[in-house]
Amino acid sequence: MKLIKILIIFFIITTKSFALIEVDITRGNLNPLPIAVSPLFADKDSNKNFSEELKIDNVGEQISEVVENNLKRTGLFNPLERKAFLQNPDLAHLKPRFEDWTLIKAQALVTGQVKFDNGKLRVEFRLWDVLAAKEMIALAFTTVPNNWRRVGHIISDKVYERLTGEKGYFDTRIIYVSEEGAKTARVKKLAIMDQDGFNTKYLTLGNELVLTPRFNPTSQMVTYLSYFKNLPRVYLLDIETGTQEVVGDFPGMTFAPRFSPDGKKIIMSFAKDGNSDIYTMDLENRIVEKITNHPSIDTSPSYSPDGKYICFNSDRSGYQQIYVMKSDGSNVKRISFGNGLYGTPVWSPRGDLIAFTKLHKGKFYIGVMRTDGTGERLLTENYYQEAPSWSPNGRVLIFYRETKSNSEGKGFSAKLWSIDLTGYNERQVITETDASDPSWSSLLTN
Amino acid sequence: MTIFSLPFIAKKPLDLPPIISVELIQITDKTNIPFAPKAQKIIEKVKKEEEKLVSEQAPPKKIKKIKPEAIPMPDQEIENIKKVEDKQNPEVDDNKVKQVSEFEKKEIFDPTDIAALIDKSKENLAETDIKSNKITQSQDKSMDLSGLTLSEEDALKAQIFGCWSIPLGLPYNENLLVRIKLKLKPDGTIIDSEILDHARMNKPGQNFYKVLAESALRAVQLCQPLRVPTTGYERWKDLQLNFDAREMLEG
Repeated sequence: MKLIKILIIFFIITTKSFALIEVDITRGNLNPLPIAVSPLFADKDSNKNFSEELKIDNVGEQISEVVENNLKRTGLFNPLERKAFLQNPDLAHLKPRFEDWTLIKAQALVTGQVKFDNGKLRVEFRLWDVLAAKEMIALAFTTVPNNWRRVGHIISDKVYERLTGEKGYFDTRIIYVSEEGAKTARVKKLAIMDQDGFNTKYLTLGNELVLTPRFNPTSQMVTYLSYFKNLPRVYLLDIETGTQEVVGDFPGMTFAPRFSPDGKKIIMSFAKDGNSDIYTMDLENRIVEKITNHPSIDTSPSYSPDGKYICFNSDRSGYQQIYVMKSDGSNVKRISFGNGLYGTPVWSPRGDLIAFTKLHKGKFYIGVMRTDGTGERLLTENYYQEAPSWSPNGRVLIFYRETKSNSEGKGFSAKLWSIDLTGYNERQVITETDASDPSWSSLLTN
Repeated sequence: MTIFSLPFIAKKPLDLPPIISVELIQITDKTNIPFAPKAQKIIEKVKKEEEKLVSEQAPPKKIKKIKPEAIPMPDQEIENIKKVEDKQNPEVDDNKVKQVSEFEKKEIFDPTDIAALIDKSKENLAETDIKSNKITQSQDKSMDLSGLTLSEEDALKAQIFGCWSIPLGLPYNENLLVRIKLKLKPDGTIIDSEILDHARMNKPGQNFYKVLAESALRAVQLCQPLRVPTTGYERWKDLQLNFDAREMLEG
């Protein structure tokens, strides 16, 4: 018996002395990740062929620059200065000398090469974890040489996804209303560009006033509003083919249509018999369905990504506030309770947040709140700004901001801006002209 | 005040022989002059009053002597301390040196001695440092059972906080805990690192976990050699780090 007791005591003591020490790490830094984007290597022949075809020198370097700029704009990465790189691109792509990249404090490394392959552009790239000295992804693309910027965006998306855990938003486009001329005589055209401001194309001539273009989340289709004989008319435009059709005339339209998540319906608000309510229209059979039926003004509806709910704004409480209801119009619930007026709610593609514009004490804010109305955060404040639109991954918002004009109407401008959910990474999106009403497309490639 | 004013009260009845010679006398703070009977009475009266006041505030209590054999358990000690704190008039150990008044403090302070004081404080600090750094054999043994000390843990945490770049794209409503087991050399460099929930990395819908786990591994690699204690290698040669990003992403 005694022996057993001694053994038990001995066992307890020995197990205790080898107990594994645990340390909880609950904090880290939110500093941008240092990443080295080594210029993609191209041999002499390939370079010569590309410069003849594309009229640009060293396409490999240009693609890396696209990647570098994309990553830098996110605020999550810190692309390191190329001058500091110790290893040449050709060797780095074969086998990086990790010590060299560690020395310049890189934690991730992008290498690659471009080839002119039977008139096509072939791009290989690799993402390396410098500290673990291992490859994270390796991919190759073949496309027409003119698509070289898109290749840069696709690489950026892959790098972003691998390092952050969520999809990127670089291989996307933004449609907006291009504005030129004095404030009283604006020429407004529909324009589309890559998310980084390149490859701008004008889709309308500017003869008619165009407003509020909105992307279909499932295809390269947009709706927009134009005026025909002074009446608002909704159009559907296929960006790829350029074909467009009239959806219908909506005389009392109070808010331009947005697509449902499956792209089969549009949701909008218009006033009938002097009362603004929310309606949907099936794009196949053109059947219009009334969703709300309330004597107050209900406008600006937006679907949740699963299509089960709709957020909208209404003055049924006396002031313009945000409400959420089921997609059949039942279970209406107010979610915003702050001071000021709330407008243009847009459900995030991730489904977790609703972005909105808020007017309080003469200032405009772009903010987000959870879908139950908690956790309201105002991301940016300005004289006039509105119409937030989500990036497809639900991390960044694009909106437009106007500056004040003087009594003669001079000094006025409208520009596109983007801000991420942290509220710190606010940037102007460069456009060729003044711009308003932006809408962000979904990813062009998945 | 009584100390300073009483000699003046006692001045009149003082009866001294006529002074003949003059001597330079060092005047101390308190006189040694005997008090006149009247003054003596007044002093005694004041003293009694003071005693009375003291007795009203806190009746003197006998401090219990603790037998050296009976060593109190830590819990008991805490209770004892609490008891003292709870009392309106705590028991005071009169043997301790007390500062009587602000005047005395000023008298003690000598501005010319500042340098000396600073030097002394430095020495004291150095002494305490040496003391705290020294881990005796017996202490070391006890720590085998209790893990890292708070300061050791804080030093390690602070180092890793600086190295861990949290991926911002993580979903904050998911379980964001990554447990990494490390095998360390005595100098804090890493021999081996292992993700304990490795299977989770390849589960569908858990891509973010892989990203999170890799970020934690990068942090550990970036930080090495880790700031580990200089002694007691046996107790921390295997170490588990629990990386949890939820607090950062929610906050």
